[in-house]
Amino acid sequence: MSDQPLLRVSGVSKFYGNRIGCKDVSFDLWPGEVLAIVGESGSGKTTLLNCISTRLMPTAGTVSYRMRDGQFRDLYRMGEAERRFLMRTDWGFVHQNPADGLRMSVSAGANVGERLMAVGERHYGNIRETATDWLGRVEIDADRIDDQPRAFSGGMRQRLQIARNLVTGPRLVFMDEPTGGLDVSVQARLLDLLRGLVNDLGLAVVVVTHDLAVARLLSHRMMVMKDGAVVETGLTDRVLDDPRAPYTQLLVSSILQV
Amino acid sequence: MPTPVVVSDVAKNFTMHLRGGIVIPVVEHVDFSLKAGQCAVLGGPSGAGKSSILKMLYGNYGVEKGQILVRHNGDYVDLASADPRTVIAIRRDTIGYVSQFLRVVPRVSALDVAAEPLAQRGADPDKARARAAELFSRLNLPETLWNLPPATFSGGEQQRVNIARGFITDHPVLLLDEPTASLDAKNRAVVIEMIAEKKKAGVALLGIFHDQDVRDEVADAIIDVTRFASSKAA
Amino acid sequence: MTIGTDDGLATYNFAYLDEQTKRMIRRAILKGIAIPGYQVPFASREMPMPYGWGTGGVQVTASIIGPDDVLKVIDQGADDTTNAVSIRAFFAKVADVETTTETAKASIIQTRHRIPEEKLKDGQILVYQVPIPEPLRFLEPRETETRKMHALAEYGLMHVKLYEDIAKNGHIATTYAYPVKVEDRYVMDPSPTPKFDNPKMHMSDALQLFGAGREKRIYAVPPHTKVVSLDFEDYPFEIQTFEEPCAMCGAQGVYLDEVILDDRGGRMFVCSDTDYCEKRREDGHRGHLAGDAMEAAE
Repeated sequence: MSDQPLLRVSGVSKFYGNRIGCKDVSFDLWPGEVLAIVGESGSGKTTLLNCISTRLMPTAGTVSYRMRDGQFRDLYRMGEAERRFLMRTDWGFVHQNPADGLRMSVSAGANVGERLMAVGERHYGNIRETATDWLGRVEIDADRIDDQPRAFSGGMRQRLQIARNLVTGPRLVFMDEPTGGLDVSVQARLLDLLRGLVNDLGLAVVVVTHDLAVARLLSHRMMVMKDGAVVETGLTDRVLDDPRAPYTQLLVSSILQV
Repeated sequence: MPTPVVVSDVAKNFTMHLRGGIVIPVVEHVDFSLKAGQCAVLGGPSGAGKSSILKMLYGNYGVEKGQILVRHNGDYVDLASADPRTVIAIRRDTIGYVSQFLRVVPRVSALDVAAEPLAQRGADPDKARARAAELFSRLNLPETLWNLPPATFSGGEQQRVNIARGFITDHPVLLLDEPTASLDAKNRAVVIEMIAEKKKAGVALLGIFHDQDVRDEVADAIIDVTRFASSKAA
Repeated sequence: MTIGTDDGLATYNFAYLDEQTKRMIRRAILKGIAIPGYQVPFASREMPMPYGWGTGGVQVTASIIGPDDVLKVIDQGADDTTNAVSIRAFFAKVADVETTTETAKASIIQTRHRIPEEKLKDGQILVYQVPIPEPLRFLEPRETETRKMHALAEYGLMHVKLYEDIAKNGHIATTYAYPVKVEDRYVMDPSPTPKFDNPKMHMSDALQLFGAGREKRIYAVPPHTKVVSLDFEDYPFEIQTFEEPCAMCGAQGVYLDEVILDDRGGRMFVCSDTDYCEKRREDGHRGHLAGDAMEAAE
């Protein structure tokens, strides 16, 4: 582990008028660390995710990121060009609905290759080779490379979205309910795939989920949110095995046993 | 040789917020230390808090009070107050754990489950798998199962995967939560042998064994958990 | 300058548009010239022709034309097709300017989808009619997003289009409206000219203006500006080549149109640029299907 965090979130709040989106959230995220933000709908977890991924300007607080040169930069003081560049090179964002993160009318290969072209790759053969390799890593047959994601199942689309995000070797990936809306068996496969990729690539991940099983399987650390505030945080198995906040106890005790 | 683990004045209770906030005391004034090359066994009837103590030592139960000093990479770290990142590092490098139940990950083969702790410490994945295979054959796990995910394994088979996973690394501290509960005599003997080897290698072990024979075989010291019974307990 | 009729009724302002509108359009043009390839929004007016018939080009021409200008109008290279004839007639009437079909004589050439074969000179202005000015539109439908992409020079998406072309066809199959990068900065749609004409835009001596009436955009390529067609290292940009010369004038290395001769598969290829073809024939060049080809054959 490196001795410097990758992302520093400090006192982040977002207010919608009088309504609280999220309130005074602080945490550090280290390279290779997976943080799960859990809570029910409306708990502020997605607002927080958007605030720390530059998709939504927080009302207060700072979010700084350690760039590849080792310098911390305040994301909201960066120029838009630099921020967008960061988002499509060093970061990934996996949406719950793959259609939000994919170009549905271009081929799978081009979906994966887009980020490469965006950073100046201009050799068709190389782009295609890399795309083929990534499709394989997310378990999509190479002969589907020229098919559009419209022709893919939900699980395949989600895996394609993951490949599209990881192709530039990002260090930090945000995921918003990555397994939401998928069948249970498809979920299991995706989770296992994600878990493998995250381990192999040493990714730092912030994953928002309402599913404690997803958090258990993917994350090292958990943050439980309620009404915009963090009510409990800690090692994932500690929070799940020995929940301390009243809300976390309710959440854990509400899991259906199979 | 420095003491690998020192537990001092640790207390644990559960506050049940869903039941009106009642506090259920578990243990208090827990004091003991583990010695390198020895196996200490937690003794006492069920419900006395043996499992809770083990879980506190592994960091998956919180600690209300007291210190759990662990010698980690040459320094003592208080596990009771360590941040999650440190706990993860301690688990990776210092404290190993053989749990009673296997938490199964879909689609990951038994070999990979057992090899993971070694691979996580940077070992070559193939070498780690080879080492896991050695342990499997020693524990008489049928070779046909090695490449299957353990979800459908029997209790005894899963437990052997768990044991291999816990014993594969050379962590200086190893926690054992009833590792022989679902094993037959032959495999129990293998585990006893493996524990003896760990002791010889200077590992400090702490275990819960319900099986009297195994306990007699491996224990260098018995820690009577009833000593730590909470005075507030009804 | 207002053209009055004999009975004293006011009719059109010179070149149809009122002077305020022309000033507004000229400002847009100047801005476009100052930022080569950048799409300048302008308050496009209703013109006495439907959208899609060159309302953008006509407004640009109307704003720059003066009484001394000589106007040529081509439609797909031809001076004698409906669109060309009617726009030429329009300006002959509302601006009373001299018109020509000869490329060299024209000071302003309004064009729909071609660049003349004859090299344009310093001082000439080529006005393109543009249907869809936004090259990124088909991949990114959000105008807010495409504007941002231009602003930040995020052009990876343009190569996605070319990638798709190669993936589907084995080569870059885009043959017209082939995207270019202007002066190393803005990616621009050259209007639906054949990609054959793209190299002519590069370092041209003439000023090139583009008007999109329905889309309300004007952009420009000043003289002597770098215009590079996008491509891949392993699939470089190539222009169309034709296997046979023009059937009428025998020209090679020019853009040819296919003409169907009968219903039995008979066809010929002739110059798309009618003025160029006529000039060559006047100079005695003959293709194999020219009426007097036999006599002219040496």
